[in-house]
Amino acid sequence: MTTRKFNWNNLNSGQKVAMKYFIAAMVLFVAQILFGLIAGLQYLIPGLFYNQLDFNVVRMIHINAMVIWMLWGFIGSCYWLVEDEAGIPLVGTKLANLAFWLFAIAVAIVVVVYLVVQIGPGNQQSLWLINEGREYIEAPRWADIGIVVCVLIFFYNIAATFLKGKWSGISGVLVLDLVALAGLYLAGMFYTANISIEQYWWWWVIHMWVEATWEVLVGCIMAWGLIKVLGANRKIVTTWLYIEVALMFGSGILGLGHHYFWIGTPEYWLSIGGFFSALEPVPLVAMVVHAVYDSGKHNFRNKNHPAMGWLIAHAFGNFFGAGVWGFMHTLPQINLYTHGTQWSASHGHLAFFGAYATINIAMFYIAVQHWRGNAYMSGGIAHAWRWKWALALLNIGVMGMTIALLVSGYDQAFIERALEGASWAGFFKAQISTWFQQGMYWRQIFGYVTAAGIILLVWDLLTIGKSESKDALEV
Amino acid sequence: MSTTKWWASESFWRKTAIWVTAFMLVVLILLTFDTIKQITAGGSRVPAYSVINNRIYYKLDREKGHMMPIIGAEAPLFGKKLSEEEAEKLVSLGKMTTQAKNCMNCHTLLGNGAYYAPDLTKAWLDQGWGAESVREDMMLRFLQDPGGNGRGYGSARRMPNLNITEEEARGIVAFLKWMSSIDTNGFPNNFKTITQEGDNDY
Repeated sequence: MTTRKFNWNNLNSGQKVAMKYFIAAMVLFVAQILFGLIAGLQYLIPGLFYNQLDFNVVRMIHINAMVIWMLWGFIGSCYWLVEDEAGIPLVGTKLANLAFWLFAIAVAIVVVVYLVVQIGPGNQQSLWLINEGREYIEAPRWADIGIVVCVLIFFYNIAATFLKGKWSGISGVLVLDLVALAGLYLAGMFYTANISIEQYWWWWVIHMWVEATWEVLVGCIMAWGLIKVLGANRKIVTTWLYIEVALMFGSGILGLGHHYFWIGTPEYWLSIGGFFSALEPVPLVAMVVHAVYDSGKHNFRNKNHPAMGWLIAHAFGNFFGAGVWGFMHTLPQINLYTHGTQWSASHGHLAFFGAYATINIAMFYIAVQHWRGNAYMSGGIAHAWRWKWALALLNIGVMGMTIALLVSGYDQAFIERALEGASWAGFFKAQISTWFQQGMYWRQIFGYVTAAGIILLVWDLLTIGKSESKDALEV
Repeated sequence: MSTTKWWASESFWRKTAIWVTAFMLVVLILLTFDTIKQITAGGSRVPAYSVINNRIYYKLDREKGHMMPIIGAEAPLFGKKLSEEEAEKLVSLGKMTTQAKNCMNCHTLLGNGAYYAPDLTKAWLDQGWGAESVREDMMLRFLQDPGGNGRGYGSARRMPNLNITEEEARGIVAFLKWMSSIDTNGFPNNFKTITQEGDNDY
């Protein structure tokens, strides 16, 4: 029996850098789920790790691990495809490796400080060295600067490689999008006592990342993925990408307004935010049509079944999680009651998973296929049940958590907001109500399903293609 | 010869993508200038920090159809009237403390954050503080020893001890009082406030 080994010589220099990012991303993905399970348990057992590892620390690691692993997945994906698209080797391999290690070490230090030091006195030093206490971008200021440096090195490498080699529609969109993505991070790097101004700029980072630049970035990865995995026509895929960019930025930039309903910002944001964010699902529908049409056109004949499965999961997950679940509470008339309740948690879980976890996992499968020397990964591979069950368990797990949180969210919105007017007593009245609690139990159960899925996923990524004697199907 | 219609061509959609993105960005930048002007402390939507020298109410505005903060008569926080600079310093200490203690990963502020603990937007006005006369003292005691002054309302959830000093606690109370005066377009809706002196005048 043949055994294909992971062999670094199978990868080009950009892909070697990518592989490091992918491995590090998987480690953080596992950490995200582990800390998610603890945070979920703290809803059911409030005394768990009280005064030792409190909910705020656990939840911060849960969401920070997510942001960073997804970002690493994207950076890895760009390094993965850059030489292939540009037609020349990466211009700064040493620099790229240096930036990876700096980034990885910085993240490790930040996490250790989160776990051990946790909080500090109310002064600038705490914000610079421990954490900034701002959801999603909690990383202390020193790490912010480090992240900017690493991202600039990454941007230089990608842009300069395309500049020296050849451009394509995909790479053009990708590079312009990376300029915006990197630049927006700067909007979150300052302190002000005025919470309205702070949250105004904070949303520039969060919204413009996850609802604009990240979406366009995964649009590029999707376009490239469909060409590679399915053999889709480049011209058609590129045209679709431009349509998606027009729709995504056309709706998403002013869709930012749905975060400006209640933070002190003027009333005109109610209309602007409501209108444009209601349009935000449109490009996501386009993506579903695009992916399903292309797959059907090729009779689902493709060179990497697991990757194709995850690309389709991305198209639907993005549409339901970001599109449908976002739209459900984006109109101000609804949002007045749902803003800051478990509705947001429900939307957050399905949107981040559906839009971003899925496509990164697709890239991981494309990567391991090459790492094992272009192994066959289409119909009839050994142990195919592993990737299929990993796909099923992760999707069922996250979908189950989403529905459970939505039940709790409905209950909370009715009791705490509609009846009790968001007082502290009203908050707790909702939290201890039977339906809310039932939702939390089901969320935990589906959290375990998700955890089972990731164990299987890691196992599969480490073993798939190992015993395949055939080379990948040509498309 | 190409049979692609103009509306299905790559170049048409490339140009459309560029123009749409550029237009939306320009609109966003223009709106940003206006918004920042309106939400700078001291404006009509976000009051100056010295608002902590006054009583703050939250009442239904029949014309607007939602609840609005109202700035009432003088009622200095901790009984000491502060200048604008002193007030800003105190509010800023509180704001910075809420960041350093990572409050936002349990609580929501202006509705943003985590959902494990109550929203803090109008916490200053919450009925849970009992009476106006004991509110400041109760808030200070709670912040410095949350475990010992549990406020779980029948739930077993308790705020952890965050080593908040008395000075920091005073800052947090000032920050919460100031935040409750921000015009949030009626969020949270139908909020039932603590009874305050002069309530019937508005």
